[in-house]
Amino acid sequence: MTIPVSTETLDLAAKFPGIVTPDEREGYSGWIVKADELAAFAASLRDDLGYDFLSSVTGVDYLPEKKLEVVYHVYKTTGGPGLVFKVQLPRKKPEVPSLTPVYPGADFQEREAWDLLGIKFTGHPDLRRILMWEGFEGHPLRKDWKEPFYEEDIKPYSSRWPEGKHSYAEDRNPFNDNVQFPKQFDPEKWVPEGDAALYGALAEYRTTDEDGLDTDHIVVNMGPQHPSTHGVFRAVITLDGEDIVSMKPVMGYLHRNHEKIGERNTYLHNMPYTDRLDYFCSMTNNHGYALAVEKLTGIEVPERTEYIRVIMDELTRIQNHFILIGMLLNDLGAYFTPALYAFEERELILDIFEAVAGSRMMCNYFRFGGVARDVTPEILEKVSALAFDRLPRKADEFDRLLTENEILVSRCKGVGRLSSEDAIKYSMSGPSLRASGVPYDIRKADPYSIYDRFDFDVAVRYNGDTYDRYLIRLDEIRQSLRILQQAIRQIPEGPIQTGKSTYLTKTPAGESYGRIEAPKGELGYYLVSNGTGNPWRYHVRAPSFINITALESMVVGGKIADFVIVFGGIDVVLGEMDR
Amino acid sequence: MYGKGILKGLGVTFKRFWDTYFDDIVWLFRKGKRYHSPEGIAHRSSKDTRGIFTIQYPEEKLPVPEEFRYTPFLVYEEGENGEKELRCTACGICSKACPPQCIWIVRASDPETGKPLKTPAEFFIDIDVCMNCGMCAEFCPFDAIRMDHDYELSVYNRANNIHNLERLAKPVSYYAEIRPINYGKEMAVKQAKEAAKASKAD
Repeated sequence: MTIPVSTETLDLAAKFPGIVTPDEREGYSGWIVKADELAAFAASLRDDLGYDFLSSVTGVDYLPEKKLEVVYHVYKTTGGPGLVFKVQLPRKKPEVPSLTPVYPGADFQEREAWDLLGIKFTGHPDLRRILMWEGFEGHPLRKDWKEPFYEEDIKPYSSRWPEGKHSYAEDRNPFNDNVQFPKQFDPEKWVPEGDAALYGALAEYRTTDEDGLDTDHIVVNMGPQHPSTHGVFRAVITLDGEDIVSMKPVMGYLHRNHEKIGERNTYLHNMPYTDRLDYFCSMTNNHGYALAVEKLTGIEVPERTEYIRVIMDELTRIQNHFILIGMLLNDLGAYFTPALYAFEERELILDIFEAVAGSRMMCNYFRFGGVARDVTPEILEKVSALAFDRLPRKADEFDRLLTENEILVSRCKGVGRLSSEDAIKYSMSGPSLRASGVPYDIRKADPYSIYDRFDFDVAVRYNGDTYDRYLIRLDEIRQSLRILQQAIRQIPEGPIQTGKSTYLTKTPAGESYGRIEAPKGELGYYLVSNGTGNPWRYHVRAPSFINITALESMVVGGKIADFVIVFGGIDVVLGEMDR
Repeated sequence: MYGKGILKGLGVTFKRFWDTYFDDIVWLFRKGKRYHSPEGIAHRSSKDTRGIFTIQYPEEKLPVPEEFRYTPFLVYEEGENGEKELRCTACGICSKACPPQCIWIVRASDPETGKPLKTPAEFFIDIDVCMNCGMCAEFCPFDAIRMDHDYELSVYNRANNIHNLERLAKPVSYYAEIRPINYGKEMAVKQAKEAAKASKAD
């Protein structure tokens, strides 16, 4: 049920003598690589050993040991367990070669590590902050960085009980309370240098027309308030007429430093926070996090719970894909008819979540080694009525409504193409990767939970355009229904929780990486525990965030009008992208 | 034929349109009111619904399932003379289990000896901060804090969103009404415990 980070009987230390050493700390696995040789090592991993998919890049601040660590997780798109390797750096002036030449998918993740942890990636083509604003002081995921209205390092805070005195945070003076500004900061005179850097990066694109005249480009800011961006996402697009010459995404408008909050929280406190990442799919978010913690603590999950989890995951996937199809049509200009048809099916699924978990969207349903409460027979009956009767009918209805629609076909076919090589290169995951012809689904490639017991196919399409990204959602809905139907037939009676669910979970020191196939792609949680009740490091490998890495290559050369549907077809949620 | 796909799709939307009015007529003749009636709402949110799907809030309201959770409240037992006996013992577990740390409890103490008492003197929940996760109710060992079904909480002043003891306390009868199954289960456990105690005493 757990996902081995690295179980290969591969002796990298012998293969790369002097460069690679095994990570022998208690509870850790993988390899420690020398910083100078990193790029050569990674290239060899990719080319000789077949680890072509860079899943996650993140950093950990080991404040007591006075060092920083960069952690890489790589996998093979042909399936199987992954490999983790790390680079250890001093806390002062940490510099590591960028892996963007080997794995272009590292682009945004390295920028995030620079932004939040202050790790400098030498050779990165565009190392700017990505989630915080450019004038921001400090690197907030460093352990010695304190946020405004900082109370204590970890929850629960002692001020709440037994002498709880409530106060509003803003009643305390905001300017003397841990708000850090850059030296000589004057809001009156401050010019956002980030914008200059952003447009500066765009200025290098210039074309000359046939007559030798310089052509002016227009820079268009799409967003942050734009109806097509599904939230507050800004795309700075340079246009040559109607053609997109370059595109740079700007994000972080919804940034709340989920990971820092997570490191303050106890393990269980985090569970409802994960609901708020991708707020369409809180069940799968819960699952990924529960998996990571269960791996860390070694709790087994009862049989019935595994089935309940699979049922909830697949219901989540179905409703997410329905919504995606509906909203994609909305982006295409069909206005609300398909979107609201999709919302109907989603409502019925959310009714089930509400009856099971207590909330339609913020489910907070999973516990470590179990789920919050059992599923009653009446609810199972409702699920089976949906899975056997209504949803298959409705998937067919969507098919009739949209698939052959000439407007949809002509707008989507051939738009936003992404070849399978590029999709792997840019660490694209989930349906968008599979629409590009890479049959990589974690449920099959590296099964977690009990997915190895079900008979289903990995949906795959080969053209890699927006039309295929639409079709693959319908395919996946049908495959999910197959899994659901089997799960409902097979679900056994039994306990739903191993041991007693407590609000304080102690974990042994170590690290774990739990990843699942979320509806939007590979959702991973990287946890580092130092043996207390709060995670030392909590990192979310957010599919929405990393899938956007490939967006530029998908839209450049296309028309501005198509940007909206290419972006919509990838399926992003800003709550997860900005974290 | 070019345009066939569009016509096919329009057929689907037309069917929806037809279903809405057709079902209205069917209900009119056979079953009774389709709108503003519990059966009508139940049908419109069941798997068999066709055509129109929406509920006309606030005239119509969707019934909430028992497990639905909104904000927390404190359960009190009604004494013989109408006094409120809070189940809460001010143990502080809810405030520790609360992810956004929105619960503030002041433990009561004996006015003479100064020893802490097993009851709260003050109890605040900042509803603006509360994330409705239900952890407090889940981990309360005394069944004293439970999640409410009341979701219409608009206020004119933000200060009203700090719920104090008076605002939070609700009688057991209310709890039994909104969560009959859970209440029944808890009572069964309690009675079994008391029976075990009684048999031990004998």
